[in-house]
Amino acid sequence: MKRRTFLGLMGATAVGAAAGTGVLATPAEAAHFEGYPDAMGVLFDATRCIGCRKCEAACNQVNDLEQPERPFDDLAVLEEKRRTHAESYTIVNRFQPESSSIPVFLKTQCNHCMEPACASACFVRAFKKNPDGSVTYDADVCVGCRYCMVACPFNVPAYTYDDPITPEVRKCHMCHPHMAAGKRSLPGCVEACPKEALTWGRRDDLLRIARDRMRANPGKYVDGIYGEREMGGTNWLYISGVPFEELGLRTDLGVKPAPEFTKGALAGVAMVVGLWPVLLTGIYGMSKLNAKDARKAQEAAVSAMKAECEADHQAAMKQAQEKAAKDKQAAVEREVKKALEEAQKAAEAEQAPNQDKDGDAS
Amino acid sequence: MEHAFFTLQDFLTHTKGSVYILMGLALAGFVGWWRFLVARDEENHKNVR
Amino acid sequence: MSTETNKTSLITPFNVIAFVICSVGLYLTVLRFTGGLAAVSNLTDYNPWGLWIGFDLLCGVALAAGGYVTSSAVYLFGLKKYHGAVRPAILTAFLGYAFVVIALHYDVGRPWRLVYPLFWQQGPTSVLFEIGLCVFLYLSVLFLEFCPAALEWLGLKKLRNLLHSATIALTIMGVVLSTMHQSSLGALYLMAPSKLHPLWYSGYLPVFFFVSSAVAGLSMVIFEGTLSHRWLHHKMDNHYLNEHDNFVFSFARAASWVLLGYFFIKVFGIAADNNWKYLGTPMGSWFLVEMGVFVALPCLLYAIGARERNLALCKWTAALAVLGIVVNRFNVSMVAFNWQLPAAERYFPSWHEVWISIFIVTLLVLTFRFISTRMPIFYTHPDYQDEH
Ligand code: SF4
Ligand code: SF4
Ligand code: SF4
Repeated sequence: MKRRTFLGLMGATAVGAAAGTGVLATPAEAAHFEGYPDAMGVLFDATRCIGCRKCEAACNQVNDLEQPERPFDDLAVLEEKRRTHAESYTIVNRFQPESSSIPVFLKTQCNHCMEPACASACFVRAFKKNPDGSVTYDADVCVGCRYCMVACPFNVPAYTYDDPITPEVRKCHMCHPHMAAGKRSLPGCVEACPKEALTWGRRDDLLRIARDRMRANPGKYVDGIYGEREMGGTNWLYISGVPFEELGLRTDLGVKPAPEFTKGALAGVAMVVGLWPVLLTGIYGMSKLNAKDARKAQEAAVSAMKAECEADHQAAMKQAQEKAAKDKQAAVEREVKKALEEAQKAAEAEQAPNQDKDGDAS
Repeated sequence: MEHAFFTLQDFLTHTKGSVYILMGLALAGFVGWWRFLVARDEENHKNVR
Repeated sequence: MSTETNKTSLITPFNVIAFVICSVGLYLTVLRFTGGLAAVSNLTDYNPWGLWIGFDLLCGVALAAGGYVTSSAVYLFGLKKYHGAVRPAILTAFLGYAFVVIALHYDVGRPWRLVYPLFWQQGPTSVLFEIGLCVFLYLSVLFLEFCPAALEWLGLKKLRNLLHSATIALTIMGVVLSTMHQSSLGALYLMAPSKLHPLWYSGYLPVFFFVSSAVAGLSMVIFEGTLSHRWLHHKMDNHYLNEHDNFVFSFARAASWVLLGYFFIKVFGIAADNNWKYLGTPMGSWFLVEMGVFVALPCLLYAIGARERNLALCKWTAALAVLGIVVNRFNVSMVAFNWQLPAAERYFPSWHEVWISIFIVTLLVLTFRFISTRMPIFYTHPDYQDEH
């Protein structure tokens, strides 16, 4: 049930070499992936399409979709430009290019990219590129983030916004489920087309068929096959008698496969995990060491200062003490002297009255 | 292990998956290694105290 | 009304507004989960991502960057004396991320499957996978970083000390994870070069988003410090209040410096893709407004504010810079996205979407107020005074 497991650690080392075509010595960075060799696809020839909407009807029927308000044989619907929708996996639009006297029609559906943007964007791997070329979706894991819709350069996937419980992404699946179950041998739309504007076959063969038609009908087609290289190539291909831009197809998408767009950023993530802790812990360690050194220096300075103060203090103390001792000595001496003097005075005084007394008495 | 990858998407699913697991191991490794690096310092610290 | 009744009454203007927002918000929530996304949003097949991604996810995560910015400045880069700013920043970041995740439940189709990419089937080629993984891990890290405050409040000393000893490891982990997912939010749009206007699309998008997230973080810390000052002043201890001014000036100077770098790399981005020709178009004018009013101007004003030690200027600039980040994220996700589509197929949010976004912000503010009036956020718990 589960697909090839996420835990591919064992193979991580062997992987660089195991590119699709078996070019064993090619580094992964330069490796080129050609897609599944027997992948199928559909070729749409705009010069044959008459805008009858039979393919739309067929698709609606084989996929059991909701009946539209206006029936499929009401061609007035073509007045307005439409896009794929949750209940219509394919849409035919009418264009009136300047270079053509008659209107030209284009059928739109999922292009079944060889490197699907939707699959690259999905964070639960709900999309899968199958070996038969189809890109299918698994609603059982879909979270409904709709990043796939943001990612798809062709604006294909649609969402059932009005479903509160089981909303899901809807898009053309190239009838993969029906064919895998053996219910069909051709995609519904291809089978229904009365003009053979749609051809189902191996992608490689379709490219050859397209070129053959161009060669056999000089001047009928514009040069180029839309989808041969766009976004790394698609399995649904288009040829037309008018420039593709005039059919609303974007020709400015480039040839880079979608996963390439985010590959570099994701590689950067690993560098962050590998190097940020080194850098940050380094800075932390240094600032801590700095703080420690600063603290030590401070402590040393403080204790030196303390010692100095102490010494000054001691010296001052000693001086004061000495002085005090001296003062004391002097004071004692002075006091003794004073006492002696006083004693002497007293003695003298004692004698004097006696003399007086003596004088009185005599 | 000679699994062949036909699409870049499959290849990246595999390699990015491996890298994510390795990133987890790396983070755990950083913590462990740092403790090993500074363990002596901390012991000395304690003894001094 | 006398001050007496004011103090006890729950009917303050703030509470009344919050009540109205929340009751309508709850009604819209019911509508969303019974009627589907179509019942409340203007999302279409062309515009699968709207306001809930552009504002709730992109702005929410960027504006919650204060957590990693502050904790790394204090614990890793040695600005220890501002440790008082860490807790409010961590709390805001934690709540910010928590509410981003809550908001995502409205946006994704089957929210109960949000854990699928982590535990069920991984899509490692997706940038969104990386974001999911990082946001999940970072939310856990922020929770652990915030835990000491809650544990002090609850008086669980042992557990608190154990977590406290892991501060550095958690901080580094926080910076690693933030770098990864902040940049990856920009990298999301690398997938859509055909839909995003060339002036905003660049191979440097992840770097732009990461660098501007640092500006957002610095500015948010200043900005929401101002708000908390006004309403939670009584909860702040002297240490916090004393350091606050110096802290604002340091952060203002840092923000100015980062903005200058951000300005340069944005210009490099234009040069690298040779997009000069678009500058003359209407979209180009808008791009110039973003660069001038929301990058260059705050860069200058921050510098003046920090030089002149002008607190008020720094705070107003912080508000401008925060607005600038919102403008940038809106431009990438909405204004410049699908710019080639005809006007009728462009996106504009419904009032329901706007209301739900406001509702979620209100819930965040209420929760922040509840926690910071109870736990030791703006002050140091008396038992742990000497620790820093
Ligand atoms: S056209 Fe879009 S939906 Fe279809 S495979 Fe390509 S990216 Fe996916
Ligand atoms: S909406 Fe579903 S299928 Fe599309 S990217 Fe999200 S999870 Fe994958
Ligand atoms: S291939 Fe099948 S699903 Fe796709 S458009 Fe045709 S009928 Fe519809």
